[in-house]
Amino acid sequence: MNKRSLVSITDYSKEDILEVLRIASEFEKNPNRNLLEGKVVASLFFEPSTRTRLSFETAINRMGGRIVGFSDASSSSTTKGESLKDTTKMVDNYCDLIVMRHPLEGAARFASEVASVPVINAGDGANQHPTQTMLDLYSIYKTQGTLENLNIFMVGDLKYGRTVHSLLQAMSYFNPTFHFISPKELEMPDAYKMFLDNLHIPYYEHRELDEVINEADILYMTRVQRERFADPLEYEKVKNVYILKNAMLAGTKPNMRILHPLPRVNEIDEDVDENEKAYYFQQALNGVYTRQAIIFKALDLKW
Amino acid sequence: MTAKKELQVSAVENGTVIDHIPANKLFDVINILGIQNSENTVTFGYNLNSGKLGKKAIIKISDKFLCDEEINKLALVAPSAKINIIKDFEVVEKKTVQVPSHVEGIVKCVNPKCITNHQRVRTKFDVVGSSPIVLKCHYCEKLTDQEHIVII
Repeated sequence: MNKRSLVSITDYSKEDILEVLRIASEFEKNPNRNLLEGKVVASLFFEPSTRTRLSFETAINRMGGRIVGFSDASSSSTTKGESLKDTTKMVDNYCDLIVMRHPLEGAARFASEVASVPVINAGDGANQHPTQTMLDLYSIYKTQGTLENLNIFMVGDLKYGRTVHSLLQAMSYFNPTFHFISPKELEMPDAYKMFLDNLHIPYYEHRELDEVINEADILYMTRVQRERFADPLEYEKVKNVYILKNAMLAGTKPNMRILHPLPRVNEIDEDVDENEKAYYFQQALNGVYTRQAIIFKALDLKW
Repeated sequence: MTAKKELQVSAVENGTVIDHIPANKLFDVINILGIQNSENTVTFGYNLNSGKLGKKAIIKISDKFLCDEEINKLALVAPSAKINIIKDFEVVEKKTVQVPSHVEGIVKCVNPKCITNHQRVRTKFDVVGSSPIVLKCHYCEKLTDQEHIVII
């Protein structure tokens, strides 16, 4: 693998994370910088993801780069049976950086081994989505002024939600305390609890979304996805259990902020949107600055 | 009087004997070591009585001396196996199976959505647990545990 790729959040050390956050705050001050002038970025979306693609393409455009690529596999030669290896090798000849979204897990890691240019993983199935994690970290850093010693509450689908798993791994550098609120069927997998145990990071599990959130610095909400359930009856049982309403925020800390990777369905009531503690729309904007910073680092750009 | 045990599989003059293979793992061992493509003389016994394993298997390969890397592949299917290196009908060296730190191209990833199960990508794992064995896929990062290990 070429060492500048970002495939998994674990590719970044604590120092790498802090460096990207510093660069992101520079881009936030002034997002329009012609640092990618004369460079071509390949945006290969083998499955549609409008939100992530637009965020990346905005980041690239604001840096003056050019984009080639496709937004779903039906408009690529994959439909003719071309392998990922061949597509990657072909595109590698044309561009300076590859941004890749793929439905198969491990696709970006494989592409990073085949390509000579850096590969940024924009999501590989249910596995990793490290730029989402970095924008979550940037949002936490910006709203709390630090990543250290925070009470992080994660709510909803903690079993299949890749964003919570990656965030948990990344936050483990910063002495956090975790609280997991989920139904039994969707609780945090043992592998991640063992990961925390090994690092002596405290965590608490709850079944109810109630006053326990008054201790939170960050309330990270996730969507319970219908497609995760083999049995539709199980989905019906849990889908409405964890809905955050404005009235529930009365006793929460002043610095507390609500994050959500979006799209939301009904897990955050719309009456929360006007509360100053609702941060999920700014969070999405932070994704542009964070992706600018990740590209900056991947290409070893200079100001 | 010392009763010499009758050998159930005839002796080799020079080569490698892999003993104490659980009987139901014989064909996995053959597969992992690529014995089916070997030009050497190979004899094996299947469903032999064993005090320890109940039914065991044994493989004797003439004029071939397995290296440590080959032996360690056996950790995935037959960690109980014992390897004897034979010269002039005598055991000159005994080896046991050590769990390797990486495994490449032998095991199938348990995750149906892993790229290695859809495209021609050689599987690679880090061994993250040794007893029982747990493999972490280098690509999809999912864990494959001992009971789900399938040899390609």
